[in-house]
Amino acid sequence: MIHQDSYKQHISGQFNAELEAVKNHLLEMGGKVEQQIARAVESLLKRDSGEAMQVIAGDQEVNDMEVRIDEECSRILARRQPAASDLRLVIAIAKVTTDLERIGDEATKIARQAIKLSEEGKSPSSYVEARHIASHVASMLRKALDAFARLDVDMAVEVVVQDAEVDSEYGTALRSLVTFMMEDPRTISPVLNEMWALRSLERIGDHGSNIAEQVIYLVKGMDVRHIEPAQLQAQMKSSND
Amino acid sequence: MQTHAIDIESIRRHPAAETAGPIDNSLQVEGLNLFYDQTSQALFDINLEIPKRRVTAFIGPSGCGKSSLLRCFNRMNDLVDGCRVEGHLRLEGDDIYAPNVDVAGLRRRIGMVFQKPNPFPKSIYENVAYGLRIQGINKKRVLDEVVEKSLRAAALWDEVKDRLNDSALGLSGGQQQRLVIARTVAVEPEVLLLDEPASALDPISTLKIEELIYELKSRYTIVIVTHNMQQAARVSDMTAFMYMGKLIEYDSTDRLFTNPNQKQTEDYITGRYG
Repeated sequence: MIHQDSYKQHISGQFNAELEAVKNHLLEMGGKVEQQIARAVESLLKRDSGEAMQVIAGDQEVNDMEVRIDEECSRILARRQPAASDLRLVIAIAKVTTDLERIGDEATKIARQAIKLSEEGKSPSSYVEARHIASHVASMLRKALDAFARLDVDMAVEVVVQDAEVDSEYGTALRSLVTFMMEDPRTISPVLNEMWALRSLERIGDHGSNIAEQVIYLVKGMDVRHIEPAQLQAQMKSSND
Repeated sequence: MQTHAIDIESIRRHPAAETAGPIDNSLQVEGLNLFYDQTSQALFDINLEIPKRRVTAFIGPSGCGKSSLLRCFNRMNDLVDGCRVEGHLRLEGDDIYAPNVDVAGLRRRIGMVFQKPNPFPKSIYENVAYGLRIQGINKKRVLDEVVEKSLRAAALWDEVKDRLNDSALGLSGGQQQRLVIARTVAVEPEVLLLDEPASALDPISTLKIEELIYELKSRYTIVIVTHNMQQAARVSDMTAFMYMGKLIEYDSTDRLFTNPNQKQTEDYITGRYG
């Protein structure tokens, strides 16, 4: 179990600085990705292709951040041979960057659907589900990043549990969109575009959940990937006792 | 402090252990206290079990008692005036400190290699043959065979086979250390105690010694004391972290270096203020 800022107490001040820097760069990347999602969703709801174009252009910055953080991680591994919580921090950061980069890609995909919807006509739905799922996954990602910054396991568990809710909301949304297509085949194309955007949002939720799992690994050293949320909650409870 | 039961499953999961048979304990330490005189206690209630034909590393800051503990196993501390040992140490169930133990015989079963290579000022051949000669074995055919086998075991044969009669002191530090290991294994011990065996060597010689440790563990139980944590992480199956004469944590090396249980262990292996 590690506590916040314990990485600041190394005998080597330079090592502290390196770990702190890479952690800050990761959180910066998280902030950028959050912004990308928010703007992508806005472009979708407002059918604003200009905004969507900016999101697509902004993905390059996210990619550059990923490359830079990966370089920092390999440099630390090669030069410092970190152990225990330091090792877990570097591994977790390297994994979280990958998830953040993928979230960035999903934001771009949403922006592409936004452009199509603005060019080819809007979906007959009122985007209620999209709006709802978008706010849900945005809050998940925010929480996952906060949990990372604060080393907060409880918050990370909440994110994993929330992902199950997002998955079920996604299923419901798909069913309701299918009814539009059945009622009027002319809506198939725009509804499909909306479905793709929803699919991207659902994937963002999955990546947020992966990030939360890395927080648990970082803090507790427990690998909780690939287990059901209920089982995860039980494991966390027993490890706290 | 509780006895640290060995997590045998965690050793089995290690890929290097896959071909190994069942794991027995070679050395057992029970309630060990070591005093250097009336007032100074070097070890406090140490309990641990060292698995057979595995590498066990002792790590910890200077003065934590890791070398003292290592030296208890072959009664090197007997040489220190006023030194007193409480508790039990067993080799294959035999009490090491029982009154009737023949210490020379014990040291044949538990060989030791020190930080500074200490070859005798004799030829390479005689260094390795020494242990057998003092046992009264002088047959050339037997000695030749043991010398070659031991030098091969110590990964030194190819480098010295053409100059076995040259002085051992002409070898490099790394070669001398491997010669000392050959001398130790020549008498077929059960346990090898290595006290900082590579700390006076350059990186390449260090890697050769580490590779040798890996080769030797199929036949011997190896206990190594090292200041170099990465070395412990590289060569050992089990690691014990000691601090101020106490055994703080004893676990499989995989676990101790990725997710230690105790904060003191974490602070030490990550290089934080203790």
